[in-house]
Amino acid sequence: MATDSISLPLPKESSRSVFMEWLCTVDHKKIGIMYIVYALIFLVVMGIEATLMRIQLSRPDNTFLSAEAFNRLFTMHGTTGIFFVAMPILFGFGNYLVPLMIGARDMAFPRLNAFSFWLTAFGGLLLYGSFFAGGPLSQAGSAPDVGWFAYAPLTATAFSPGHSTDFWTLALLVAGIGSIGGAINFVATILCLRCPGMSLGRMPLLAWMNLVMGGMVLVAVSPLTAAQIMLMIDRYLSGHFFDPSAGGSVVMWMHFFWIFGHPEVYILIIPCFAFISEIIPVFSRKAIFGYPAMVAATTGIGFVSLGVWAHHMFTIGMPSYGNAFFVFTTMVVAVPTGIKIFNWLATMWGGKIRFATPMIFCIGFLFQFLIAGLSGVMLATAPFDWQLNNSYFVVAHFHYVIVGGILFAIFGAFYYWFPKMTGRVLSEKLGRWHFWIFLIGFHLTFDFMHVPGLLGMPRRIYTYEPGRGWGVWNLISSIGVIFQAAGILIFVYNMIRSYFKGAIAGNDPWDAWTLEWATTSPPPHYNFAVVPEVRSRRPLWDIKHPQDPDWKYE
Amino acid sequence: MNAVPMEFHEKKVGEELLSRGRVGMWCLIVAESAIFVIFVAAYVLYIGKSPSGPTPDQILTVPVITTICLLSSSITMHWATGALRKGNLIMFNLFWIATFALGAIFLGGTAREWHHLIFQEGFTVNTNLFGTTFYSLVGLHASHVAVGLIAIGTVMVLSLFGKVRAEHAERCEVLALYWHFVDVVWVVVFTVVYGLGR
Amino acid sequence: MSPGSLLRRAVSLALLQTISCFAAFAQKSPLSPTNIFAPDSTPAHSIFRISAFVLEITGAIFVVVFSLIAYAVIKFRERKGDEEFEPPQVYGSNQMEVAWTILPVLIVVVLFLSTAQVIHRVQDAPPPSDAIQVTVVGHQFWWEYRYPQYGFTSANELHVPVSDPNSPTPTYLKLLSDDVDHSFWVPRLAGKTDLIPNHPNSTWIDPYQAGVYLGQCAQFCGAEHAKMLIRVYVQNRADFDAWVHEQQQPAVSDPAAAAGSALFVAKTCFACHTIRGTIAAGTVGPDLTHLMSRDTIAAGALTNTPENLRAWIHNPEAFKAGSKMPVIDMTNDELDQITAYLETLR
Repeated sequence: MATDSISLPLPKESSRSVFMEWLCTVDHKKIGIMYIVYALIFLVVMGIEATLMRIQLSRPDNTFLSAEAFNRLFTMHGTTGIFFVAMPILFGFGNYLVPLMIGARDMAFPRLNAFSFWLTAFGGLLLYGSFFAGGPLSQAGSAPDVGWFAYAPLTATAFSPGHSTDFWTLALLVAGIGSIGGAINFVATILCLRCPGMSLGRMPLLAWMNLVMGGMVLVAVSPLTAAQIMLMIDRYLSGHFFDPSAGGSVVMWMHFFWIFGHPEVYILIIPCFAFISEIIPVFSRKAIFGYPAMVAATTGIGFVSLGVWAHHMFTIGMPSYGNAFFVFTTMVVAVPTGIKIFNWLATMWGGKIRFATPMIFCIGFLFQFLIAGLSGVMLATAPFDWQLNNSYFVVAHFHYVIVGGILFAIFGAFYYWFPKMTGRVLSEKLGRWHFWIFLIGFHLTFDFMHVPGLLGMPRRIYTYEPGRGWGVWNLISSIGVIFQAAGILIFVYNMIRSYFKGAIAGNDPWDAWTLEWATTSPPPHYNFAVVPEVRSRRPLWDIKHPQDPDWKYE
Repeated sequence: MNAVPMEFHEKKVGEELLSRGRVGMWCLIVAESAIFVIFVAAYVLYIGKSPSGPTPDQILTVPVITTICLLSSSITMHWATGALRKGNLIMFNLFWIATFALGAIFLGGTAREWHHLIFQEGFTVNTNLFGTTFYSLVGLHASHVAVGLIAIGTVMVLSLFGKVRAEHAERCEVLALYWHFVDVVWVVVFTVVYGLGR
Repeated sequence: MSPGSLLRRAVSLALLQTISCFAAFAQKSPLSPTNIFAPDSTPAHSIFRISAFVLEITGAIFVVVFSLIAYAVIKFRERKGDEEFEPPQVYGSNQMEVAWTILPVLIVVVLFLSTAQVIHRVQDAPPPSDAIQVTVVGHQFWWEYRYPQYGFTSANELHVPVSDPNSPTPTYLKLLSDDVDHSFWVPRLAGKTDLIPNHPNSTWIDPYQAGVYLGQCAQFCGAEHAKMLIRVYVQNRADFDAWVHEQQQPAVSDPAAAAGSALFVAKTCFACHTIRGTIAAGTVGPDLTHLMSRDTIAAGALTNTPENLRAWIHNPEAFKAGSKMPVIDMTNDELDQITAYLETLR
């Protein structure tokens, strides 16, 4: 059959141990897997942090956690989630898939790739080292407790003595450099290493979206690096960047942070859009609807999202025209995002939908991302935000995006590409259990979390008074954690069990159309024995449907 | 079916050859530009905001000579890589060493300026807000010059050992791209610090 | 009347109806004393109206798109016997792309214009000359309220006069911070506005009903951010004037509490607290001149009873770990005497 890849006998394995092989690898597939495994470990850690916080908040005036412990937990939970779970897992999938999907043998700069991974990994270890070494002399150690956006002047030495803040700063500085290295690789690989015939207009949407993501990382991460250098200068060289008594501005930190912070969340969601854009077509048995519109919409989101940052600052006293401007840009960015939802819908429309596990996670994504986007439009309405900002409504909104959107898309990606990475298919039965139990937990926790926000509950409070009407909603949210934890356990079990006992995947278990399915599962070191040449966006569709190839219609 | 073909295809249908090194360096330039934009923005927004302490017009002297040196080093760098592409190793070495020297003069001049400011004027990073923004912005740029000099110096040493040949022209051009970027940044920093700020 | 304007009339009537139903529900069954949908002041009402409008639009979008997705998932699912055929491959449609771009853009324009209007109305409202002026200073972890028009400073419980919507008497709050960022949030009275060091902000409220309105700090400000609570006492004009007059008096000087008042100085309490009419003029902690006129202490962390007051002075860490009030070494007797003294400060 034409889809058989050519399997060549591999050179004799050197006597290097497996450990050294992984430690020293520059192979994008191994690096991708390391990123993913690293992120999964931290996913469990941040889940534990969340569980502890939810226990504390399950009833008013609770004393399960001290104020200090709670404040450290929410700081670490947020910081870990963004930098050591979401970024690495998406960089991991991107690293693994991009070269395969564009018919390349590796990323453009394999050694830089490895270096970037190890920098990110080190950053995470540094952050958690703060538990042991972060405190002032009077304490054994303490994690940072300034919130993941570390507003000045709370981070000044006067208000944060000891080194906990410095662990936050340095860990993210190092991880940020790792991200920039990774982004350089993505952009260079996608622009330079596509196989013959694969013009930019023919590459898979996953490649486009990682290209946009890479570009955004290059522009958006440096402002955080800059702000952190300024913070270090303030803390250690008695600088005055954020020192109000010396003419410095606390609001400047907010601007610099959110100039990074907002594009960052788009950096996280755009690769997830990529997963959805690859999985939905295959399980609807139709090409993606509106490929050029999807590319335009993603690029549009990339650019516009660089101009919305101050919607995190509607309450800081910007003049009315400033607030209005950011209301406008934030609402504008919702338009291309909505267009993507319509295109995914149109892909399913008239198709033949197969409810395999990757697909049901994507369908969950669609519903949940819709809701998350709409609650975002509510928050974009600045006066509404004057009530909702810094309340549990915001916490519910962004967890809806991150868990209901990003994590669901990632689960879909796991079920879809695990067979390619390991050669074995994940259990569909366990997958369904995972999906339904996690879905129940997600909705219990995060649907009802919107309510305390509407009832005036601020975020980042370690406890609350009775009589505010918040207790019952918090309890429901906390109960949801049990289901989410169960779902994750099932997922981990599924991965471990299927790795050893799962059904053999073969090259192309899903009858898909992009190049990664043209080689073995797992692919050999060199990906493709012969560099492929393509004529359309779905090269394997062309091979499987020689009477009706895509290039006739594109 | 013999040896596994291992070369990379750096070619797309009907388009010019895009080298990975060049694209990678442009990406790095984008990221570095972003960091400079933030430091420049902080500098500009903080002009005149120091409640006390020396102001720029009081203690800064315009570094004309070092600026001319740095900007000329871009020209010599351009000539060096041009010579290397043509295989003219002697001219390449001449201009490459000139680039290094001019860059080193710039850095030395900056060091001298700072020595004067710190030890004679008592003006440091924590003196006032101007001090903080001045030393960070100029220092950030100077550190980028230093990194560039290390790279240029490395190539210079390799060249003196005869290891650099015409086929390495592309790589030297990628390094030149970085060096030109550093120069462009200096034009901006110079304008903002010694022009606008004073 | 043209069908167009008839339609517009119908739509706005329907909107108004749902909004007022919503408001009525929220008022009658207050799920919470800090329910943002139970506004009782003009800024909160303006916010409520635009919020309801946005909720209706996003709700409609949700219903439509959700239904379409649900329909697609059900109607186009693979059925038995379908395995071999591939459905017609549709690559896109320019008309659809244009349609579902233009419609969202129109919605954005409508939402933006209505939002911009409210922003301007709330933020750019000029203070009338007879407005009550209060300067709020945020501290870790308590609120200072200065009344420059009346010449006194209080803490933690804000008193304002009730305002008649027909002839409003708003209170304008100038917002400053002594240390880190804070945020003043009393949901039923207004949206929140941050208190940022060296960056004065302002907000205003004009509560329609007398009563106590609750709120709390809404910008993470350190260890005890959760216990930096706000209580706003809205009083009718006569009561408010009486309260002002009372607050303007120097501290009650009760000779029976002389021992306690001496200890207040000896134990260095005076270094952080002010008691007007005595030598205590510290500004690190709350003004205690009329401490007993307050319902709570420690910014709402405890109710103001003699037992709580004594316990608080004895060990603030037990109630608000991270509060700036140090544990002062004193015997039980000394503690009793100081508490007795503070109990005289009505």
